[in-house]
Amino acid sequence: MTTQAPRFWRSIPQRYNLLGTHCTRCNEYFFPPRILCPNCRRGAHLEEYAFKGTGRVITFTTIFNATEDFERLTPYNLAIIQLDEGPRVTGQIISSPEDVKIGMRVRNVFRILGKEGDRGIIYYGTKFEPLVEDRSEKAKSE
Amino acid sequence: MRSVSIIGAGCTKFGERWDSSLRDMIAEAGVMAIEDAEIAGEQIDALFVGNMSGGRFIEQEHIGALIADCAGLSRLHVPSTRVEAACASGGLALRQAILAVASGYNDIVIAAGVEKMTDVSSGTAADALAAAADREWECFFGATFPALYAMMAKLHMRRYGTTHDQMAQVAVKNHHHACMNPIAQYHMEINIDDVNRSPLVADPLHVLDCSPISDGAAAVVLVPTERARHFVDTPIKIVGSGQASDTLALHDRRDLTTLDATVHAGRAAYTQAGIEPRQVDVAEVHDCFTIAEILAIEDLGFVEKGQGGKATADGITALGGRLPVNTSGGLKACGHPVGATGIKQAYEIALQLRGEAGKRQVDEAEIGLAHNVGGSGGTALVHIFTR
Repeated sequence: MTTQAPRFWRSIPQRYNLLGTHCTRCNEYFFPPRILCPNCRRGAHLEEYAFKGTGRVITFTTIFNATEDFERLTPYNLAIIQLDEGPRVTGQIISSPEDVKIGMRVRNVFRILGKEGDRGIIYYGTKFEPLVEDRSEKAKSE
Repeated sequence: MRSVSIIGAGCTKFGERWDSSLRDMIAEAGVMAIEDAEIAGEQIDALFVGNMSGGRFIEQEHIGALIADCAGLSRLHVPSTRVEAACASGGLALRQAILAVASGYNDIVIAAGVEKMTDVSSGTAADALAAAADREWECFFGATFPALYAMMAKLHMRRYGTTHDQMAQVAVKNHHHACMNPIAQYHMEINIDDVNRSPLVADPLHVLDCSPISDGAAAVVLVPTERARHFVDTPIKIVGSGQASDTLALHDRRDLTTLDATVHAGRAAYTQAGIEPRQVDVAEVHDCFTIAEILAIEDLGFVEKGQGGKATADGITALGGRLPVNTSGGLKACGHPVGATGIKQAYEIALQLRGEAGKRQVDEAEIGLAHNVGGSGGTALVHIFTR
């Protein structure tokens, strides 16, 4: 866990609102935002992009033994999620462990991620929850 | 470019070394290597030391100068460099030492590795290790190291039908090998049920799927091959050295069940050595978690992608099998003092190729390979050795 206010504050737009970048030259989306496009490097045309926040679970685990910062949450689910625009992110899935499946659709939600003790900074950011869609779309994603 | 050989190797006992400091251990390993090589301190041109996190584990940085000092070489002003690539720090120190000798800059060079991890609580140690992952975009959201490898395992199981019993067999095998290695942290046989019954850390990985927190140090002495026989009768030639990097965060990788850094480092090392994976007689691979050994034997080309679990269950990688892997006991059972691991692997391969590995000796081993990974695969090093 980061423990300094500026370090957390600096990443607020990205962590609160999934703000990343899009290279209009190669059409790849990046989250977290990249300063250099790995395809086009200095020839890139990068613009800010707010991700829709929907995606699907590529793989996941349930964590029973965490670092001190997350011990109070155990057991919790952690997943790699592919956002619909392409990039993958690591995040918690709010759900009972047995309900998480590879391939399931999820969407982002705004949650507390951690606290620096009782009087310190509260860290907010993105977690994910199962996305309930109509049956036809659900069938397509599976 | 000059060919490089190992003329001496030393390694401390790995484990919870309450009575020994980092300084004690690096001096112990260094003296063993120097005595093995039959050289004197005055002959040493340079030192390289792999150390992941002296700052977090013992609140000590500047490990380069420290080890020269501890080795009694400060008055000779021998240049000493600390290198860091998380758990691959040792392998990277070896490579830097090889480059120094191969280039002609230096003639006699020590490559060492050391980590003292048990002076802090296990929580602090876990957090220090987590710094090898992406602190801002993995750890911040609750990722732990076992969790990252657990996610690779989950996908490998789904895609290739790998079972947890197959993964557990990696731990069973490596504990068995460690029982024959005097320096290993654990001298304790385990079975698949023991692994399955140990508490879950990050599903599907249990406690006994994970390498331990360890203290230890190792060192090897390198010289140009053309001079190696002036020092010893059985030098070990380093015929291939490959290094590769990949994204820091697991989620950004091309494929979550392949360590591309391993594939690329392996390819570079095989090409330089002019050999094929099937020619390798004995290998030390980076089994920080049981799934990591399965991925390694696939990514190094020993078995086809997806067949690592089955190959392990079939005994191919056990002592007596077609390609014995981690005869030292690996990270899992020999122990994993992170900065020392890459050098310990070279030490084990050197013993095997010299025919000095005792009860765990692989018959007529001629070609050995060492594979060291940093983080979840952001760095990989592969070295190939011959008699």
